[in-house]
Amino acid sequence: MTPEGDGPGSDGPLGRLAGEQPIIVCCGSGGVGKTTTAAVLALAGARRGRDAVVVTIDPARRLANALGLDALSDTAHEIDRELWDPAGAAPAGGRLSALMLDTKSTFDHLVLKYSADPAQGSRILENRFYRNISGALAGTQEYMAMEKLHELHEEGGYELIVIDTPPTRNALDFLDAPARLTRLLDNKLFRLVMAPTRASFRMANLALQAFFRTVSKVIGTEVVEDLVLFFQAFEGMESGFRERAQRVLAVLSDPGTAFVLVTAPARDAVSEAGYFAGRLADAGLGVSGLVVNRMHPEFHPAAAAGRPGPPEPLNGDAEAARQLEALYENLADFAELSEREQRHLEGLERTVGRVPVVRVPLLEVEVCDIESLTEVGRYLLAAASDGRAGGG
Amino acid sequence: MELAEWCSSSRVIIVAGKGGVGKTTTAAALAVAAARAGRRALLIELDGKSGLGSMFGVDTTDGEIEAYPGVTVVPLAPDEALIEYLEGHGLRRMSKRLVHSGALDIVATAVPGMKEILVLGKVKALQRAGAADVIVVDGPAAGHAVTFLLSPKGLLDAVRVGPVLTQAVEVSEMLADPDRAQVMLVTLPEETPVNETAETAEALVDRIGLTLGPLVVNGLYPDRPLDRLTTPEAVSAAAERAGIGGRLPDGEAEQLARAARFLVRRRALQEEQLGRLAERLDLARVVLPFLFSSDIGPAQLEVLADALTAGVGALPVGA
Repeated sequence: MTPEGDGPGSDGPLGRLAGEQPIIVCCGSGGVGKTTTAAVLALAGARRGRDAVVVTIDPARRLANALGLDALSDTAHEIDRELWDPAGAAPAGGRLSALMLDTKSTFDHLVLKYSADPAQGSRILENRFYRNISGALAGTQEYMAMEKLHELHEEGGYELIVIDTPPTRNALDFLDAPARLTRLLDNKLFRLVMAPTRASFRMANLALQAFFRTVSKVIGTEVVEDLVLFFQAFEGMESGFRERAQRVLAVLSDPGTAFVLVTAPARDAVSEAGYFAGRLADAGLGVSGLVVNRMHPEFHPAAAAGRPGPPEPLNGDAEAARQLEALYENLADFAELSEREQRHLEGLERTVGRVPVVRVPLLEVEVCDIESLTEVGRYLLAAASDGRAGGG
Repeated sequence: MELAEWCSSSRVIIVAGKGGVGKTTTAAALAVAAARAGRRALLIELDGKSGLGSMFGVDTTDGEIEAYPGVTVVPLAPDEALIEYLEGHGLRRMSKRLVHSGALDIVATAVPGMKEILVLGKVKALQRAGAADVIVVDGPAAGHAVTFLLSPKGLLDAVRVGPVLTQAVEVSEMLADPDRAQVMLVTLPEETPVNETAETAEALVDRIGLTLGPLVVNGLYPDRPLDRLTTPEAVSAAAERAGIGGRLPDGEAEQLARAARFLVRRRALQEEQLGRLAERLDLARVVLPFLFSSDIGPAQLEVLADALTAGVGALPVGA
């Protein structure tokens, strides 16, 4: 595979996505280069003249490093054009912004938006439970990421939104997140707690009382009171939330949203990717591209197949003979490795079905700036590889 | 320090590292190493699907199973941990009601750290009961590991009474006691994992008061004497000296040199990162080899287990 320049003329399937698609969601397990892939795609969008933004919810702040920023803020921050387009070659409309999701402030924003009046809003924001769940609750982060996606989609005016997701296991949460909140709001107990007046609260049926008794025994009365206050503070807001959650789901299932699956050629990563592809398919969502990062270069076993060592007899210099043994052992190891990686990918490609596959070799550069993102882009945006990763 | 010594007295060893560094593999190898040293090990799988089962070639979906002689894999799920806990405290009926009414979902949603404390509470119960010589926990990915292990502290703020508070207090005590619990961090000799490991280490020590065991650096390429054999010419010259000059098949010198060049270059990059790691993190270190041969199965776990045993054994006592 020969890396092509990152220009509109050399577009492979991911280059085309970056040039045409309104929303790209990058999914995959941890440590496979998802964040980098998201950043490269947004950069490619900007270099194709689009107004692009990349959102990361990865807590490791790798994207911040990749974009040469010390910290990303919750609101999109536009990156200086000289930084991402040093040659001044991008079309005039191109812009590149980035943001790091701040779960709590996104949640706060949402609460304030749907509260009937500022008093209700601040009641919720001050609730101890709310303060805890808005920052720390598992699943909230994924939900708020989707909320941010929705907000950027509706209000941001971006032509391309690329969103990074947490590792696979959590990514399931992100698909479920809007539904989960809806489910919580639909829960019978929740509805009882939300009973609008004191009178009906008093009349709440046995199930509710049993619930409170039970929960109080486990976590204490005080906590239950906080919980009730929290739910009551949400009074009247649940339909807004529910509607919002459904709109987020609608954005995810829109044909304008492309899912790019990112993986590495190792068994765990591949099986996670296969699992994730299945989950997307269950949700009626298709995979638009498969990125395989960190491929070792391809080596073929020594020409005399079945014989791992050098030609015999090694009757010359003993030191040189040892060197030859080491050379052959090394080649045999890397040949076996690339054959194994190949096998994993064939398995995955069968699972995922007919989607463009892009293979990115293990790079020497650490992706920590625009230049290295560009380098990754040479592989990522090139034509889909039916061939294999390039040499060492 | 002897591995058998470290893996004793029912100590909990939480293995943590960012995604893709081989955290689960290392946890499994540690349990195997303990078993090979004659210790009984429990290997706690936190949220299913970690791949532990497939490494050992066993199915963990139906509950605990002896996956290797002396190693029992124990899958832990919060719901079951809660039911078990309540039942153990004479609250059997309540536990059923909590789970079936969906109330657990609401409570877990409303009380941050609830699920984590249930799982850690179960680990603590195993530790107290002396369920094995060592309890290896295949922890959540690094970013989440800090949240996970912080959960007892968070709960101490939110919950003032009741069994959950008791659990939170007892788990916090366990985590603060190096004789009862330690964390083994796993990383790769690459820039980003090195940075993140250093950050995680600081957070675990400063915010939770945990004691860190030896740091595992996974996937080090072998050190082979190929530095001067990275061009086809050098390879051909060596073949000449070895008495097989002119007998290498076409293109083979090129292939051999290319593979050598790749190894030498990658190894140098890894060495550089090992240096950075030593600068940033003052922790005893154990190195595990990169495995070319095949996917992780019991045989590969044994190779890694032996490397762990040797690596830990070479460390000074108390490291």
